[in-house]
Amino acid sequence: MEVLVAVVIAVLVSCGVYLLLRARTFPVILGLTLISYAVNLFIFVMGRLRSGAPAVIGSSDTYADPIPQALVLTAIVIGFAMTAFLLVLSLRARAELGNDHVDGGAAIGEKPAKPVRPLEEDEV
Amino acid sequence: MNHVIFAPIVLPLITAILLMLLAGRRRLIRSISLLSATALVGVTACLLMLASDGEIRLYAPGNWAPPFGIILVLDRLSAMMLMVTAVLAFFSLAYAVRGHDAPGDRLHGMVHFLLVGVNGAFLTGDLFNLFVFFEILLISSYGLLLHGRGVERARSGLHYVIVNLIGSALFLMGVSALYGITGSLNMADLGDKMAKLDPADAPLAATAGILLLVVFGLKAAMAPFYFWLPRAYAAASAPVAAMFAIMTKVGVYSIIRVYTQIFGDNAETLANFAWFWLWPIALVTLVMGLLGALSARELRVQIAYLVIVSVGTLLAGIALNREAGLAASLYYLVHSTLICGAMFLLADLILRQRGELLDHIAEGPRLRQSALLGVLFFIGAVAVAGLPPFSGFIGKLLLLNAAGANDDALVLWLIVLGGSLLTLIALSRSGSMFFWQTKDKIATAPAADLGALLAVIGLFCCVGAVTVLANPVLDYTQAVARQLLEPGAYLQAVQQFRVR
Repeated sequence: MEVLVAVVIAVLVSCGVYLLLRARTFPVILGLTLISYAVNLFIFVMGRLRSGAPAVIGSSDTYADPIPQALVLTAIVIGFAMTAFLLVLSLRARAELGNDHVDGGAAIGEKPAKPVRPLEEDEV
Repeated sequence: MNHVIFAPIVLPLITAILLMLLAGRRRLIRSISLLSATALVGVTACLLMLASDGEIRLYAPGNWAPPFGIILVLDRLSAMMLMVTAVLAFFSLAYAVRGHDAPGDRLHGMVHFLLVGVNGAFLTGDLFNLFVFFEILLISSYGLLLHGRGVERARSGLHYVIVNLIGSALFLMGVSALYGITGSLNMADLGDKMAKLDPADAPLAATAGILLLVVFGLKAAMAPFYFWLPRAYAAASAPVAAMFAIMTKVGVYSIIRVYTQIFGDNAETLANFAWFWLWPIALVTLVMGLLGALSARELRVQIAYLVIVSVGTLLAGIALNREAGLAASLYYLVHSTLICGAMFLLADLILRQRGELLDHIAEGPRLRQSALLGVLFFIGAVAVAGLPPFSGFIGKLLLLNAAGANDDALVLWLIVLGGSLLTLIALSRSGSMFFWQTKDKIATAPAADLGALLAVIGLFCCVGAVTVLANPVLDYTQAVARQLLEPGAYLQAVQQFRVR
């Protein structure tokens, strides 16, 4: 059981890292999602693997560690929000930069980006 | 329990929610925002006085006892960091309210959310809560960085967000691995568990420790994880960039806290293992930052690289793992945070008077207020480079003094002193281009806003105060260092803490 879970986490992480290294934003987001799945699984497993054990003391003979379950809930919520944010951001970057390259298409040989001009008070 | 300890988290939180609800009423938002920042300075000054007696105060927001309940810990280090944050936030917001918070009025709310995260990170005594507060400060920093339009902002924002999401994943892995080994998340308790660690678990705990070092290094922008910083800081609007000067210091703070409390002297097999890695990394960070500052083509990028240089200097002092080194680093931390914030604001004032050239380091029109901005830039450059008479000099002097006399110290002397020279060369290159090598034509830009100028001058005055009051400030940082290198007292405070 432990070996199986470890292998699953390893596969998820390696797929995630592979996708992270891609040049387009969508695979990168998918990679981050896979890695966050792996991390969530990892946190959960850190409370040790046990079947048929509720996370409540006294309701059965054995009980599971409740803290990793609480941690993983927090991590899922945060990870979910961050992924949603990143999706919106990559859509904006696609709109503003005209392509979905993580570097905004400014590859070698192109002119460096211009400095950002501050906005005036009533400019929108 | 002293409820004031909770105030640096609650005050900005309430303000932020209020400011979000008030969207559209710009004048009201600006006044509330600045008022709250002023109150925060007062509260943190109060906490600083409270903490200066050396007692470690705990606060349990949920009224559950540690190690299972969440606690906030106010010791000398966190009080100092809170104070620096509040001062920086006040001047950044004072700059922003003078019409530099365009577009719209969302900036103030997000700055206060950022303050919730930063203050929480400085106060928490729990590793998982450190993660949560990191996420709060990160998501507000994403919003702040992308605030306003601009192609470059979208591009650097994308990098910043992706890099930090990877960092968060690693953080969770490190934290949960530590939990898996020790069954605790409380920093004091973790330190205690490390002292009784089964040697068979030591490699795993070390792996978790290194993962955390990578994460904190990413936040602190240490080599080789600093590539996101120059672009992001140069693209951010001026008050945001000034606020971000504290963000790298959150990473530095976490390194200090975790590697003195959890992997400190008590940690048997893993005692002080991080310093071995931190020392070469700090020196490389210093050199890379200097090279970046020399080759920068825009002033804001140059200042961003100087932030990296300051991080390298700080980490070098911490890696010495001596009381004197730590005290010197903490002194330098106060100085570098304030001066980097001031320089970002000053750069904004300069670039507003250079027409289309902005802060590009090239020959341009004469600035409208060339003399005033030039003098400020000169003072800033001298202070950043660490030349007398300013606090940077005192900080560097103490650091070199703390290094002692051995081969390591020789390398540090060479890099830090050479670094001062190179910083000065880099800044005099941009300064002479902005103020001396100009065309006869004066730019048609309006004169700098008086309030904004006062905000910049105020930050410079704070740097001046750190210089003039060097003795009391140093006494305090030495007390901080003593407290940090005796993790026993912290552990005792947590163990003896009882909720009512």
